[in-house]
Amino acid sequence: MKISGAKIVVETLIEQGCDTIFGYPGGQVINLFDELYIARDRITHILAAHEQGAAHAADGYARATGKVGVVIATSGPGATNLVTGIATAFLDSVPMVAITGNVPCSLIGRDSFQEVDIVGVTMPITKHNFIVKDINELADTLRMAFKIAKSGRPGPVLVDIPKDVQVAQCEFTANAQPVIPYPLTFAPEDKLMQAAKLINNCERPYIYFGGGVISGKASEEIMALAEKIDSPIGCSLMGLSAVPTDHPHFLGMQGMHGHYASSVAQDEADLVIALGARFSDRATGNKNRYAQNFKIIHIDIDGAELHKNIPADLAIKGDIRDAVDRLAALCERKQHPEWSEKIAELRQEEAQRTESALKAAYEKSCENCAAKCDKTGLPASERLTPYDIVDIIAAHAGDANVVTDVGQHQMWTAQRYPFKTPRTFLTSGGLGTMGYGMGAAIGAAAATGRTSVLFTGDGSFGMNLNELATAVSQNTPLVVVIMNNGVLGMVRQWQTLFFDKHYSNTTLSRQTDFVKLAEAFGAKGTRAFSKEELEKAAEEAFSCGGTYVIDCAVDCDEFVLPMLPPGGSIDDIITEIK
Amino acid sequence: MDQYVIGVLVSNISGVLSRVSGMFTRRGFNIDSLTVGETESSGFSRITIAFHGDSDLKDRILQQLQKLHDVREVEVLNKNDTVIRELLLIKVRNKADVRQDIMTAVEIFRSKIVDYSTASLTIELTGETSKIDAFIELVKPYGIMEMCRTGLVAIERGENCLKTVK
Repeated sequence: MKISGAKIVVETLIEQGCDTIFGYPGGQVINLFDELYIARDRITHILAAHEQGAAHAADGYARATGKVGVVIATSGPGATNLVTGIATAFLDSVPMVAITGNVPCSLIGRDSFQEVDIVGVTMPITKHNFIVKDINELADTLRMAFKIAKSGRPGPVLVDIPKDVQVAQCEFTANAQPVIPYPLTFAPEDKLMQAAKLINNCERPYIYFGGGVISGKASEEIMALAEKIDSPIGCSLMGLSAVPTDHPHFLGMQGMHGHYASSVAQDEADLVIALGARFSDRATGNKNRYAQNFKIIHIDIDGAELHKNIPADLAIKGDIRDAVDRLAALCERKQHPEWSEKIAELRQEEAQRTESALKAAYEKSCENCAAKCDKTGLPASERLTPYDIVDIIAAHAGDANVVTDVGQHQMWTAQRYPFKTPRTFLTSGGLGTMGYGMGAAIGAAAATGRTSVLFTGDGSFGMNLNELATAVSQNTPLVVVIMNNGVLGMVRQWQTLFFDKHYSNTTLSRQTDFVKLAEAFGAKGTRAFSKEELEKAAEEAFSCGGTYVIDCAVDCDEFVLPMLPPGGSIDDIITEIK
Repeated sequence: MDQYVIGVLVSNISGVLSRVSGMFTRRGFNIDSLTVGETESSGFSRITIAFHGDSDLKDRILQQLQKLHDVREVEVLNKNDTVIRELLLIKVRNKADVRQDIMTAVEIFRSKIVDYSTASLTIELTGETSKIDAFIELVKPYGIMEMCRTGLVAIERGENCLKTVK
């Protein structure tokens, strides 16, 4: 039977296993939305407040589940509003299919109303993209988009569909099964044997892993390897949640704002085993001063990552789960007592530093603060520190999806939150997209049925707070925790350290009342100045079942520490600011 | 720094040249020359890219090219075992006092005069880059009115072929 292109899109999405998609209607996707209306019992469309929010929601859906997230937008501005969301997914290797409408083929290239060359625009930020000009190719193109999105190293794919192709009709038969990804590449045995030899002969191994371990489902294998070869484990921001924070070998995130013990241990290692990670500048610091004292084994599914940022002594392309599993089998069971002792010392040193930093925070006064961030009227000893906020929320959050925006609050959460299971931490690591969190939190909640908790700052929240409307309309179980310090804290921190305290455009002289704002959107809201208030608020927020905003007061001069300055190395680590 | 010449077999569909050249731009890789044309199969085009760099850069370029969905096959061509050619079309002033010198140069370089007018001579020359460069230097004093060159095309000697395996 012949059906329209718009119907083919919807039927193909259902065929590919999509249960929930995100988007925003417009002139060139009316036909598509008409078919979504007809098929509303079989596929749910969540209407966002802005296409960027919809794209982040599709991203959150994908990160929380591993399935392909789908977002739909109209031509022109609808399509360009997706760009930040697509780039965010691209840099964090998130499987996503973005579908855009476009003007009819006859109007393309004529600067028609709401026409933009979105295929051209998104070429550098997608794994691949398509414009479909022939209805007969529509279904297979969409299937190919899903195949590309989830194969190998995942990523976003865009399919642009001109209006006349949505209207045209052709024969369509749904496939019984979703497309299967391209076959995985497996690590060659001889390379794994070389790797095992390096590991067997090393004294101070250190496992550094990244987001590839989450998308490659290799958490168990990594822990088994670490236990067998007696190696500490550190990770990049993208790797967080793959290994439980309380795992005895886990030292936490390394890098610019990583854990002291993790960064120092890596520097003192004689062999770094890098798994599904890309040696981002945020993870390594100065490339020329990195890896002076250790050898590197690098395993990744994407061959283009090998030797890209840091040359490896042994580079292996292959599926991470298979490679680590086989590698562990080839390695001897080892104990490194001296190294373990050193690691234990570093952990202890770190604990002391954290404790004294917290103590200092309670003693600090905000009286002379130019940002006038302190509206609490409380003595410093009773105010909330960022770690208090993370601790209290974590105690109430259960198995929630933990989402962040970008900035200081993101780093505090990454450093402090006790993660238990993979895919429970959603953050924009590669692109660093302020405003990522609202959409992602909504998408993750829709995908999992579990509560999402969004840690955000007053800066980041301001970027996409309009998605509160979406959360309320969906009755999303969402707790928004604003670490409100009245400033753009991360940039301010750099201005304090490197720009003579010239607080250029980072002091927010805003008078936004986030509680009233939440209420205006139909959500609940409250303010928390002290631990007691936050305890109470958290209890209420996580039991209310809907969307709840907690506005927490944080000192504007709280710093994210430790810090490896940009372009610096472990020798330049800043652990306190006087 | 060495010069590398790579053959890239790509799907013959619109936008593929943008994807390949765009990858070079955004990764900060410089291209000496890039040519694209049809192949024996209507489904594929062949792009020949020449660039300068070290072996690490070459590897990175190959890896990034292989990631592009429309790229079917990439191969570094061994310059010792490859026929590399470039085509030059060059227009020089046709003045009586130098005409014979130009004719001689044309003959020695085994090039061809493809257009003749009272004011100009248009010459076609095929060869390796060094030969083309030498010819241009030679006729420069006579007054080059305009010129264009194609960039490299290259094909391996013997039975080795760039075939799609994807």
